[in-house]
Amino acid sequence: MPRVTFTPNLQRHVECPAQDVPGATVREVLERLFAEHPRARAYVLDDQGAVRKHVVIFVDGEQMSDRQTLTDAVASGSELYVMQALSGG
Amino acid sequence: MNDRILVGSRKGLFLFERRGAAWDLAHVAFLGDRVSAVCADARGEHLLAALDLGHFGAKLHRSGDGGRTWAELPAPKYPERPPGLHDIEPIRKQPTPWNTELAWVLEPGVAPGRLWCGTIPGGLFRSDDGGETWALVESLWDHPSRAKWFGGGYDWPGIHSICVDPGDDRRVLVGVSCGGVWLTEDEGATWTNVGEGLVADYMPPEQRGDLEIQDPHRVVACAAAPSHMWMQHHGGVFRSRDGGRRWQQLAVPPSSFGFAVAVHPRDPETAWFAPAHSDQVRVPVDGAVVVARTRDGGRSFTALREGLPQQHAYDLIYRHALAVAADGERLAMGSTSGSLWLSEDQGDRWRSLSTNLPPIACVRFA
Repeated sequence: MPRVTFTPNLQRHVECPAQDVPGATVREVLERLFAEHPRARAYVLDDQGAVRKHVVIFVDGEQMSDRQTLTDAVASGSELYVMQALSGG
Repeated sequence: MNDRILVGSRKGLFLFERRGAAWDLAHVAFLGDRVSAVCADARGEHLLAALDLGHFGAKLHRSGDGGRTWAELPAPKYPERPPGLHDIEPIRKQPTPWNTELAWVLEPGVAPGRLWCGTIPGGLFRSDDGGETWALVESLWDHPSRAKWFGGGYDWPGIHSICVDPGDDRRVLVGVSCGGVWLTEDEGATWTNVGEGLVADYMPPEQRGDLEIQDPHRVVACAAAPSHMWMQHHGGVFRSRDGGRRWQQLAVPPSSFGFAVAVHPRDPETAWFAPAHSDQVRVPVDGAVVVARTRDGGRSFTALREGLPQQHAYDLIYRHALAVAADGERLAMGSTSGSLWLSEDQGDRWRSLSTNLPPIACVRFA
């Protein structure tokens, strides 16, 4: 099952502990996670459901590519990191 | 409504409270986070604070205990952008984000639970349940005129001023940088672009009178006489006696450039401004912080200086950082350099409450 870890900078504002979440794409994984932690959604995604401009998501060490609809595939053993980009802010 | 000052800053919300003759920093909330707007609701039961968390977006919090504890509410959220929509900011030719980039101003309505929120990129939102849910005012957002709005200071246009008629909740005037002044008399169902007399001297000559691209830095209305309005515009100072339809330009010493304006809640002839040198040099004239006050409807102004720094001061007062209390006597003013001043006699004398706060975005009595 993919594992999702959030930057401590985000956990300062909203509860989102690292956890294993099922799903075949970044979108599926995050939707399940947001179902459990609904406040976290608006911190990671903008009003249109895209990844916020200054948030970055890594999948197995690579930046995900589809920031609009989050269709990047994840495997059962994937590691996802939701981080703040060192831009803007 | 007169004994507490909310100070929203780049690094937190600071609550000053009057204890006897002294004003103390009683509480700090959201330390480290940018506070972009604050207000009390119509009944004074709740405080609201909008945050700009940078990476993580605009957020909204509400307090029921005078600002000691806060709970997050959903922030105003734009609806889904229609696929293929042509919505381009006219200066930079970039697609306008349908996203709350900044909650720039919060204002209570008259009806219990009614709140308005002005945002960047130019959407006005309304809540009828104390901020628990918000709806975009689509009649203004969808107005064809919005295609001409552009950013002033920020990349996108924004609503920073919301004047609700205390006697008629349906009458609301909003100020847009840079999109002019808009009036509704039917609770937001329809809007009229008003502002005859405003001049946009930052535009080519043939466009200077275009009401759809004016840059009102801040608009305020007298609570007891809401058709009397005052404006600090990018190009100078203006006042209106007819609810914002027509404006008269005034000259303010030592400078007519600035961002902030406040009007006495009962005397529409008394207003205060915080002049800066010029558009090009946004610091006080001659390094001296002053507040310009008129008591005769703008025919004359007095530059008030007592208690304000008069040399080597480079403080700028942002548009939401000059506030008058409900009693019409107390004024509070915060600067980009982190200074906070208070007057308890309509600006005649000022005293410093702090010189070490973070850059101040907004100041409000509550």
